[in-house]
Amino acid sequence: MGSGLFAAGAPVRIRKLMPPGHVRAPAYIRGKHGTVERVIAPFKNPEQLAYGLPAAEQMLYRVRFSATELWGDQAENPRDFIEAEVYAHWIEPQDPTHAT
Amino acid sequence: MNIKKNGHRWHDMGGQDAGAVPQNQHDFSLWEKRVDALMIVASSKGYFTVDGLRRSLEDMGEYAFENMSYYERWIASINQNLIESGTYTLEELGAKMAQVQKRGETYGEANLG
Amino acid sequence: MPHDHHDHLSPSGHPYRADDDTPLSYWQTMEIAVRELLVEKNVTTPEEINAQIDKMDARSPAIGAAVVARAWVDPDFKQRLLKDGSAASLEMGFDVGPMHLIAVENTQDTHNIIVCTLCSCYPRNLLGLPPDWYKSRAYRSRTVKEPRKVLSEFGVTLGENVTVRVHDSTADMRYVVLPARPKDTDGLSEAELASLVTRDSMIGTGVARNPST
Repeated sequence: MGSGLFAAGAPVRIRKLMPPGHVRAPAYIRGKHGTVERVIAPFKNPEQLAYGLPAAEQMLYRVRFSATELWGDQAENPRDFIEAEVYAHWIEPQDPTHAT
Repeated sequence: MNIKKNGHRWHDMGGQDAGAVPQNQHDFSLWEKRVDALMIVASSKGYFTVDGLRRSLEDMGEYAFENMSYYERWIASINQNLIESGTYTLEELGAKMAQVQKRGETYGEANLG
Repeated sequence: MPHDHHDHLSPSGHPYRADDDTPLSYWQTMEIAVRELLVEKNVTTPEEINAQIDKMDARSPAIGAAVVARAWVDPDFKQRLLKDGSAASLEMGFDVGPMHLIAVENTQDTHNIIVCTLCSCYPRNLLGLPPDWYKSRAYRSRTVKEPRKVLSEFGVTLGENVTVRVHDSTADMRYVVLPARPKDTDGLSEAELASLVTRDSMIGTGVARNPST
């Protein structure tokens, strides 16, 4: 795999899916908009490894979210950021109409 | 409840309300270190994955999180994964645990090592 | 009554909990049984388990502190550390394992703090085993949403003009904070500098000690 679908700086959205089971995309970022902080590397998909299954490699990204995107008015300080690692299959391009 | 109506699972804690961060600290006892070592050794040899450890910890649910210590949950999860990978059977485990229990009333007495 | 490893002291210098003398619990029974079954099945040996315990006992925040102090005195090393934490640590002989290490730098404008909201991922090869609070519901729940309140509980107060970067260790990376070098430390040796680097300063819940305190 090369650098994957998204480049550093790309605006992205975390898919808002709620399946049960071993998921490594925390719920608080699902459906939220952020930007790719860095492209890390491909890793075996933990959502398959967790069940003892052969796992395909998935590109892993670090995605940066603003505190206000995640928490709205409850954010402590609008300048703060939260960054999390997210696998490619949880990421989709941002809707171009989304105002960042 | 392990899964809320919207599918949000108990272990996925980010952003939830909670009290002050507890500052009390304990030193790990030998049996806890042995659990940690079993995890590292068995997973590094491919008997299960750290992802499998986490999956089982999650599936054990919130009650286990609140009522068992960290390494109690770990040995339960390690065992679950070793059973699933066929490393030993439940019958073998049950017989061995009964044998261990007969050795004495304390960990020191029951441990042969 | 057999007391195995009774003379063992923990890395903090305190004795281990006296679990040898308390009634054998179900889960302790399971630990002994699983360990013996794995030996019988030739998965491992008692020696291998003991060696792994010794390896873990040898890991403490002193390893991370040595890396931080090197970064403070060697700007080129610092750049390499920020670019690839695993490779830079390995230069100093510290193998942080198969997980990739990301080092994040505290500056006048930015304060970094590490959490794992889904479990309790921790850079154990660099800092040893995590403190109990790192694994607590309160720390895992609140740090991503109210890091400043959490920090204040640790005695760290940040100005409004400082950006907080919270790192949620959700997958295969492990994080270490490169704390800001304290003022008035120009004349200190690398070893003296390392003694100022606390565990919490490398998690982001503290700052490096001032040499005068």
